[in-house]
Amino acid sequence: MNTTTIQQNIIEDFEILEDDFEMTLNYLMELGEKLEEYEEKNKTDENIVKGCQSKVWLSYESKDGKLFFSGDSNTSITKGLLSLLIKVFSGQTPKDILDTKLFFINKTGLCRFIGTQRSNGLEAMENKFKVIALSSK
Amino acid sequence: MNSYPIDSIRDDFPILKSKINNHNLIYFDNAATTQKPRVVIDSLTNFYQNNNANIHRGIHTLAEKATEEFEMTRSVVKNFINASSEKEIIFTKGTTEGINLIASSLSKSFFNEGDEIIISEMEHHSNIVPWQMVAKEKKLKLKTINVSDNGELDLDHFESIINEKTKLVSVVYISNTLGTINPVKKIIDICRENNILNLIDGAQASAHNEIDVKDLGADFFVFSAHKMYGPTGVGIVYGRENILEKMPPYMGGGEMIKDVSFTETTYNDLPYKFEAGTPNIGDVVGFKEAIHYIEKIGKKKIRDYEENLMKYTNSCLSDIDGINIFGTSKKKIGIFSFTCENSHFYDLGLLLDAKGIAVRTGHHCTQPLMSKFNLDGTARLSLALYNTKEEVDFFIESIKKIIKR
Repeated sequence: MNTTTIQQNIIEDFEILEDDFEMTLNYLMELGEKLEEYEEKNKTDENIVKGCQSKVWLSYESKDGKLFFSGDSNTSITKGLLSLLIKVFSGQTPKDILDTKLFFINKTGLCRFIGTQRSNGLEAMENKFKVIALSSK
Repeated sequence: MNSYPIDSIRDDFPILKSKINNHNLIYFDNAATTQKPRVVIDSLTNFYQNNNANIHRGIHTLAEKATEEFEMTRSVVKNFINASSEKEIIFTKGTTEGINLIASSLSKSFFNEGDEIIISEMEHHSNIVPWQMVAKEKKLKLKTINVSDNGELDLDHFESIINEKTKLVSVVYISNTLGTINPVKKIIDICRENNILNLIDGAQASAHNEIDVKDLGADFFVFSAHKMYGPTGVGIVYGRENILEKMPPYMGGGEMIKDVSFTETTYNDLPYKFEAGTPNIGDVVGFKEAIHYIEKIGKKKIRDYEENLMKYTNSCLSDIDGINIFGTSKKKIGIFSFTCENSHFYDLGLLLDAKGIAVRTGHHCTQPLMSKFNLDGTARLSLALYNTKEEVDFFIESIKKIIKR
């Protein structure tokens, strides 16, 4: 599935929440909980995403020219956001990752509570995916 | 508690009627800034509608009116903290600027290489960094008073680090992270016995405790209007007149001069020598209404009410399994820094916000103190004169639900 379709699916999933702040937070935390367990040994300085208020780790494997990501965070809500980015970017080629514009954040109502202080963290996460893609090209 | 007019007090703060995320706003971020009563808000509008002009140098009627209003605040502040003269009251943009003003001016005139400054482990960054900057520039030594596990200053340690090189002690009256009320009178007495200048950071104390700079014996006392129901962008430096007289200006510009030529400038008298440029006139004018507001209710009444609410919050919060409170001194105000075993402070802050409850999360500008307790940060609830037992109950109920999740 291409990243546009994946993002459209995410937007549809969020529509049920009707912009309710509390329901959105709970849903995000559930998504985070469903993320595949991240191995402790991967919680290295190299894998840490710099620029987030909370701790976020991201690592990847390359298979058949495609990148597969795994990650973790010490906060549940950030972990939920990270899981959405993993959903979009995992299984894509480095070129597709670099070409992807993230539009689902603005269309899911997530932007409303990602606030000015926190959006830097989200940007830092997106950048980490793209830096990995760039170095794997 | 019966005689405390909580309902009418809440009516005085328009913002408390707001809905946040479909809930009534519960504002528990008062240590960051307090909300403003209508009298303060109205006074700002009134100033700009009827009295606005630049102050001090104008001869026209409006300039005279604006100057009068501005200087009236200086006089109200003087009485509020029991200073000896208006010359001892300097307007700044906040506590941070106040400390920087004192540090910068003293560095030019007072400190010599090898001198020592003492602060404490519980200081806000604004009472750490200015001294680090001065220490670096003038090759001074910066020492810190230890904080005990329950969040109190270790006075024995304090006395043990004083020596003949100690020139200044700068400590916080009430910790913005722990809520501890420090024994500043005792600290000042020790300073005076040893001929050491003292500076008290009163940012958190001014809205909650009686401030009497004469009784305390303070050399410098700094605080902000916005933490005591006044406008943002206004701070006060109280300085003992004979000390301020000897200190050189902090900034150069208009207002702070007597005569200027390209060869020489003579400085204005106190307090104007420290007030270069057009000050924040409107907000200074509004600040006096905040002081009047506090005085109208009565500081003693406010303190008794807040203390009861603090004790109630403390007992409810301490009863919850999985909650750790940092700062458990018996002498504290209603500031609760806490962590929750199964929920990161960042998640906690957002989940409480979803219920309309505003708390602060993070290191609260006290990173050295956080490191001492091995923390990245905490959630912090801080009370003010308009908070209620019902709000605390809703908060406790919400926290319990978050933990159970």
